[in-house]
Amino acid sequence: MSQDRAAIEALLPLPPATFHILLALVDQERHGYAIIQDVEARTDGALRLSAGTLYRSIARMVEQGLIREVTKRPRSVLDDERRRYYRVTPFGLDVARAEMRRLTDLVRLARARGLTPETA
Amino acid sequence: MKRFYRALLHLYPRGFRAEYGPELCATFEERARELSGPLAPLYLALLAVGDVVPNALAVHWDTLRQDVRFAARSLRRTPGFAVTAVLLVALGVGANTAAFSLADFVLLRPLPFPEPDRIVRLWQTPAGFRNELSPANYRDWKAMTRSVETMGAYTARSMNLVGAVEPRRLETVTMTPEVLRILGARARAGRVFTPADSTDGRVIVLSDALWQSQFGGDPRVIGSVVRLDGAPFTVIGVMPPSFRFPNRQTEAWTPLFFHESDFVDRTDTYLEAIARLKDGVSLEQAQRDFASAAAELERRYPREDKETGALVVGLRDDLSVRSRLLVLALGGAALCILLLACANLASLLLARAAHRAHELAVRAALGAGRERLVRQLITESVALAVVGGAAGIAVAVAGVPLLARLVPNTLPTAAQPTVDARVLLAAALLVAITGLAFGVAPAIGAGRSSALDALREGTRAAGGRTRRLRAVLVILEVAASVVLLISSGLLLRAALRIQGTDPGFRADGVLTVQTALPFSKYAITARREQFYDHVLRDVRALPGVRDAAYVTGLPMRMRGGIWPVTIGGGEEVVADPTNSVSLRFATPRFFATLGIPLREGRDISRTDRRESPLVAVVSESFAKRHWPGQSGIGKRFTIASGEREIVGVVGDIRVRGLERPSEPQVYLPSSQMPDSSYFAYPPKELVVRSASSAAALLPAIRRIVRTADPEQPISDVREMTAIVSDETASRVTQLRLLGALSAIALLIAGVGIHGLLGFTVSRRAREIGVRLALGERAGSVVRRVLREGLSLAFAGVAVGIVIAYAAAHAMAALLAGIRPDDPATIGVAAALCIVTALIGCAHPAVRAARVDPVTALRAE
Repeated sequence: MSQDRAAIEALLPLPPATFHILLALVDQERHGYAIIQDVEARTDGALRLSAGTLYRSIARMVEQGLIREVTKRPRSVLDDERRRYYRVTPFGLDVARAEMRRLTDLVRLARARGLTPETA
Repeated sequence: MKRFYRALLHLYPRGFRAEYGPELCATFEERARELSGPLAPLYLALLAVGDVVPNALAVHWDTLRQDVRFAARSLRRTPGFAVTAVLLVALGVGANTAAFSLADFVLLRPLPFPEPDRIVRLWQTPAGFRNELSPANYRDWKAMTRSVETMGAYTARSMNLVGAVEPRRLETVTMTPEVLRILGARARAGRVFTPADSTDGRVIVLSDALWQSQFGGDPRVIGSVVRLDGAPFTVIGVMPPSFRFPNRQTEAWTPLFFHESDFVDRTDTYLEAIARLKDGVSLEQAQRDFASAAAELERRYPREDKETGALVVGLRDDLSVRSRLLVLALGGAALCILLLACANLASLLLARAAHRAHELAVRAALGAGRERLVRQLITESVALAVVGGAAGIAVAVAGVPLLARLVPNTLPTAAQPTVDARVLLAAALLVAITGLAFGVAPAIGAGRSSALDALREGTRAAGGRTRRLRAVLVILEVAASVVLLISSGLLLRAALRIQGTDPGFRADGVLTVQTALPFSKYAITARREQFYDHVLRDVRALPGVRDAAYVTGLPMRMRGGIWPVTIGGGEEVVADPTNSVSLRFATPRFFATLGIPLREGRDISRTDRRESPLVAVVSESFAKRHWPGQSGIGKRFTIASGEREIVGVVGDIRVRGLERPSEPQVYLPSSQMPDSSYFAYPPKELVVRSASSAAALLPAIRRIVRTADPEQPISDVREMTAIVSDETASRVTQLRLLGALSAIALLIAGVGIHGLLGFTVSRRAREIGVRLALGERAGSVVRRVLREGLSLAFAGVAVGIVIAYAAAHAMAALLAGIRPDDPATIGVAAALCIVTALIGCAHPAVRAARVDPVTALRAE
C-alpha cells in the first residue's frame, strides 16, 4: 500500500493535460478525438488539446499505467477502424483522486487566507 | 494537406509513429473537417507544424530519458562490465585529449599575434644550412625585397641588471623597433620602442614576469633608470604577460641599432629576422622574392655569400623537425590506445549482446520494435562513452601540466598547454566517435539477428558471426600494441644510444656558475684576469675542490661562437663547413677541470701573456683535419685576425649536444684577448670540479665573488650532469609516456584475447563436453584453445610489424641512427605480445579442459 502511495506521489502534480484526459475517461472509454472533444466541452472551449499533445500524453500515460487501451471495441456503426479506445486503470483513478485531493487542499488553504476567485 | 501532415509525422520516433500515426492522422482529418474558408489550408498547415514539431521533440526526449534509465539499470546489473568499459573509454579519451591539447598548442594553434599567418621567419642558407643573417645581408634584403611590409631583426644578449632588488643576470633581446610592429605588440604600461630609440638605444622594455619579480609590479618603474652591464637604461614600458618573444626565457627588450662598422663583415651572421608579408602575398611569392635578392647578393659578393640562398618560413612552422616528431609520435600512440580501447569495447559489447540475445529476443517478441532495441543498445554505448569521456577529460586535465615539458622552448608564447574549450570540443567529438565506433556494430548485429533465431536456444549462427568479428578486433588490438611496443622500443634504444654518447668530458662532480662580467666595466683584459685570478685562487682553496677554471661558454649550452680559420696566413676568410671551428677563451686548468684529456703538448698557462707569443690549444679533429697524419704541435693558423701557434692538442667534445656533430674546437688563453674586443667571448662560466655537493659549495663561491666584485651577480648555477641530461630530457619524458601507453596497450590486448577465448569456450562448452565424453584427452582440448589464441596473436604481430615499420620510418629523425627494422626491438616486442597472449589463453584453456561432459550435455 505504502509502495502504491509512493508511486502515486511520484506522479504528482499531474500535468493539466494528463488530468483532463483522466477526467475524460472516468465515466467511459473514449477514443482520442472524443477525448479532445470532451475536454473542450467541459472547459467551455478554454482548453483544446492538439493531436500531438494528446497522443504524447497518452503514450506516457500508458507507459505509467494510468490508462490502457481497450481491445474490445464498442459496436458502433460510425466506428473508424483506425480508432483506438482507452480506459482509465484503477491506478489511474487513484492518481486522479490524489491529484484532486492535492488541488482541493490548495484551494482550502487559499480560502483560509481569505482569498476568493472573484475579482474585486 | 493530409500528405503534408503524414510527412511531418516522420519527425516522431518510428515506434511512436507506428503506434499512433494513424490516429494522429484521423484526429487531424476531423479537425480539418471542422474548418472552412479560404485561409483554412494555411491555418491548418501552421497548426500542424506548431503541433508536431514541439511534440515530436518531447517524445524523443521522453524516449531518451527512458532509454537512459533503462541503460543505467542494465549497466548496474553488470557492474564489472560497466566499470571496465568506462575505464577503457576514460583511458582512450584521456590520452587523446591530453595529446591533442599538446599537439594543438605546439603545432596548430595560431600564435598570439594579430594575423599570425602573415608573420614569417627569414633565414639565409649557405650550402643548405639554416643560418642567421649578417647585418649587411639584413640591410640589403630589406632594401631589395618587395613582398613584405616590414622586416625586423633581433638577437639575444644577456646583461647584468643592477638597480633592482639584487644584481642579476638578465636574458634580454635587443631588437629593431620593426619587430614589435610586425608582432603587433603593445605595452601593458608605458610604451614600446620607436625608431627614435634606435639612435641611442639606452631604453629598456620589461617583461611582465621581470616587472613582477624584480620591481614588485610597481607602475612607477616607468621612467626610472636601471643599470645594465654598467650602463644606464631608462625603463619605458612593460609588456603584457602573454608576450614572450622570441622565446619563453626572454625577460626584457632593448633597441638594436647598427653602426657602419657592423656592416663590414658580411659573414658575421647573428641576426634573427622576421617580417610581415604584405596583404595577399603568399609564402611562395615571398620565397621567390627573397631568393632572387639572395641570388643578386651572391653575384655581388661571390666569396662572402657563396651559395647563400634565402628561406622564408611561417613563424608557426619554424619548429625543429624533432620537436614536431616528439609531439606527433605521442599523438600517434594516443590514437593507438583509443583504437585499442574501442576494439576491446566493441568486443565486450558483442559478447554482451550475444549473452543478451535471449533477453532481446524476448523483448522483441513482446512488441519492442527492432528500431527501439537498436536505439536502446546505442543509448547504452553512448552512456558508457559519455561517463568514460567525462572521466577521460578529468584524466587529461590532470595530465596536461605534466606534458608541459614537451613544449619546445622556442615557442614564442608564455602560455602553457591547457584543456580549453577548443580541446574540450575535440574531446567531445572523440567521445561521440568512440561511442558510435564501439556501439554501432553490436547494435546492428543485434538488430539483424532475427528474434526467432535467438529464441531457439542453442543456435550458434549468431555466435559464430560475433566470434569472427571479435577475432578481427583481437588481431587489431594485438597489432596496435605491437606498433606501440616497437615504437617505444626503438625510441628507448635511441635514447640509450644518445645517453651513451661520450660527450668528451666528465660531467660528474662539476658545478658551473655564471659570472658574466659587464663589458663596460671589464673592457680591459688585465682587469678581467685580475677578477678570474682572485676568484679561481679562492675557489681552488675551498675544501673538497679539486680544480676550477673559467671559460667562454659551456658545452651544450653555448653552441655558437663559430669562427673561420686559415692555415698559413693570408687574406680575409669566409666561414664554411670546412674551415669553421668553435672558438672559446679559457683560463689554465680548464681541461683538467672538465676532464678533457690532453693528448699532446701542454695546457694553457699563466705564462701565456699578451706580450708573449700568441698560442692556441686545439682539439684532435682540428689537427687531423688540417695536418692529417702529423702532430699538430708547433703548427700555425690564423683565427680572428691573429696568427697562433698550437701548443697543445686535447680530446674533442660535443659542443653542439649529443645528437649533432660539432665543429672542431679551438681554445685561446683568455689572457691573450685584445682589450675592448670580442663582445661575447670573455670567459663568464666558472667551472668547479669538487667532491662536495653544489649546495655546500655555493655559499662560499657567492662570498668569494662578492669579495672580488660586490656588484657582480652570479647566475645559472647548474651541475654539468644536469646540462648533459637536459639533452635527453624531452626524450625521457616522451619515453615514459610511450612506455606507460605500451604497457596499457599490452594489457588491453591480453584482456581482449582472454575475453574472446573465454567467450568461445563457454559457447562451445557442449561441443567440448561431447568431445571429452567421446574420449578426447584434456591435453588436446587445451592445445586447441591455445592454438586458436596464438594464431590470432601471430596474425596481430605480423600486421603490427608492418605498420610499426612504416611508423618508424616516419620518425627516423628521432631514432639517432637506430634502424627502423632493428631486429632486437622487433623480436622483443613480438615475444612480449606472444607471452601476453599465452597468459590471456591460459585461463580459458584450463576452463575448457575442466568442462564436465555431464553438465555440458544436460544444458541441451
